[in-house]
Amino acid sequence: MDLFDKLRILSDAAKYDAACTSSGVDRDGKGGQLGNAAACGICHSFSADGRCVSLLKVLMSNACIYNCAYCLNRVSNDVPRATFAPRELADLTIHFYRRNYIEGLFLSSGVVKSPDYTCEKMIETLRILREEYGFRGYIHAKAIPGADDLLLNRLGRLSDRMSVNIELPSQQSLDKLAPDKSKSAILRPMGLLRDGIKENCTDLIRYRHAEPFAPAGQSTQMIVGATPESDYQILQLTAALYQKFSLKRVFFSAYIPVSDNPLLPARTISPPLLREHRLYQADWLLRFYGFSANEILDEKHPILNPLIDPKCNWAINNMALFPVEVNTAPRELLLRVPGIGVNSTMRILRARRETKLDFSGLRRIGVVLKRAQYFITCQGKTAQGVRITPDNALNALISDSQKQRLPSQNYEQLSLFSDQITREDVVKCISGQI
Amino acid sequence: MYQRSDIIYLYDGSFEGFLSCVFESFLCKQRPYDIVSEDSSEPSLMAQQWIETDMQRAQRVRNGIGKKISEEALYLVTNGFCTCHPQRELLLLDFIHLGFERGKKVCELITDPTVHALQKAVLFLKRESHLYLEFVRFSEYDKGLVSVIEPKNRVLPTIAPHFCDRLHNELFIIYDKTHRSVLIHKPPKWAIVDLEDFIEPQADETEQFYRELWGTYFDAIAIRERINPRCQMTHMPKRYWKHMTEMQRRPAAKTAASARTESTVNPVPLPERMLSE
Ligand code: SF4
Repeated sequence: MDLFDKLRILSDAAKYDAACTSSGVDRDGKGGQLGNAAACGICHSFSADGRCVSLLKVLMSNACIYNCAYCLNRVSNDVPRATFAPRELADLTIHFYRRNYIEGLFLSSGVVKSPDYTCEKMIETLRILREEYGFRGYIHAKAIPGADDLLLNRLGRLSDRMSVNIELPSQQSLDKLAPDKSKSAILRPMGLLRDGIKENCTDLIRYRHAEPFAPAGQSTQMIVGATPESDYQILQLTAALYQKFSLKRVFFSAYIPVSDNPLLPARTISPPLLREHRLYQADWLLRFYGFSANEILDEKHPILNPLIDPKCNWAINNMALFPVEVNTAPRELLLRVPGIGVNSTMRILRARRETKLDFSGLRRIGVVLKRAQYFITCQGKTAQGVRITPDNALNALISDSQKQRLPSQNYEQLSLFSDQITREDVVKCISGQI
Repeated sequence: MYQRSDIIYLYDGSFEGFLSCVFESFLCKQRPYDIVSEDSSEPSLMAQQWIETDMQRAQRVRNGIGKKISEEALYLVTNGFCTCHPQRELLLLDFIHLGFERGKKVCELITDPTVHALQKAVLFLKRESHLYLEFVRFSEYDKGLVSVIEPKNRVLPTIAPHFCDRLHNELFIIYDKTHRSVLIHKPPKWAIVDLEDFIEPQADETEQFYRELWGTYFDAIAIRERINPRCQMTHMPKRYWKHMTEMQRRPAAKTAASARTESTVNPVPLPERMLSE
């Protein structure tokens, strides 16, 4: 099999992994070595599906001996199989890197022969890169559940970020669909990684030359829409993962039907992209906006509103807190105004130290008022021609494109919304009556 | 003290030349009608005055900005000079005058039209520079790595440290076709110099091989069910495609799949329990 076929098969098999970031470590170049890493992360291209291409994302092998129902590489599936030789993959990475195609390597793998065997092959690839080529670019490696602790440790010392995919958001679903994996097989390496990373921080202070262990931290991913968990459950789990395992990122991946297994959604279903998008928005609220999972959803409202983003949704449900005065509101409250993001908040705080802000001033410093104007006052005044009422706010929050994007077959009742959207409609939709 | 005049300052296009113009303006308490570099000057009815580049005067202006206004102001000025703002020199001059008047507060006046315009222009430069960290594509020829770019702003000074650090031991050049200048890295030194024209060599077999491989990878990772050319174009505007290996091979995928949502789900398991171990 030539390199083209291998690359095609093994990148095709790896593409469903959402994580492709290269952020989190800053490492300068060095004489005699190749590469550096930028903490902000650098995307190098955008594929036809609009996703960022930052790393060479491939599997070591797709010849997996396990049989997870949601996975294309499961042993019972009839697909062409391929395996990289460690040196072949290391060389390819270097050639791509020098041409500035990529930031580094994202290496995952199906389980070939055994978890340990697979892990050893991955280690050998990274060893060639780091030791023989002096590669200082970014490496993200997947921990293979079930591999020996020592091997995982070695893998961690060679990479910048590690991840273990939790795959499905509940134990019941895992039992059903991934019979070879157990929650402990997944959570154990996660715990090991967490401890390794923590130890790392103290070690690095104690011995200056200690080899850092996955300095960019760990992340995980779960598949959304293959199993019946609600957004509420997914968000609760996400928040818990951030807390208990100090994860850097949780990724969501809209389930793309790959088999006719009766336990899974039919092949004709399209991937729940809007839902995935809303989950990422909710995830941002957790990470950067000071929201807790319970503020975004609760047991009575377990589904993210498809019509408006979760921040707007929260604002509509908490209209009593608005409008806020831009010139005096504390940072936390500014962050909660729909249409005002982290950057705009920063700019407002900075500008108001020197001047009293009015609406044209806000516009000039780049705050987009389309949504925000329904939630703020400037020096006690509302924007010209704007009356702050929940209905007006709501209309402004739902973009036209959003109305169009709504699929008709799943949300038939939403066609009611085609002309005027009333508060009631949205409340219905929030409370899951649609 | 800062009077409008009908004179156009003409200078050699260098940063020091521009600072010498600033010096002149302060000396004569005069705001010229425009400041243009000699190669971009067009015949005009206005009187033109040639300003000689004077290293000492330039240095005095530079120090003055750093000390009397602020380091941040100096940063805005040096970077502002690399932007593609159509009247960058005049804009910078106004900013410097305002700065000497208002002191280090000037950078906080973000609602002032001059400060705002300058910050916006610099932000554009920074954005475009960041895009070039992403979209520069090298080809390997027997002597070294070569890349050609066509930026709107003068991005070479901003991106040089990144690439020189990353490709520490490599001989490489990045040619800026718009501004006809080139970054040359010959370890351990690098420089940016003017270069009227540059013709890229023919790719050999190995180079062709890796370009093809990269294209293969690029096509393989796109998920068919999620094709979204609009999103692709937002992140990677078309004007960059011309010099990007993967976009040169073939046009973007045409098929567009609409975003859809899944059927309603029934709540069941307890995510918390999973973690309680
Ligand atoms: S172990 Fe991984 S590669 Fe193998 S079938 Fe399961 S999900 Fe797929």
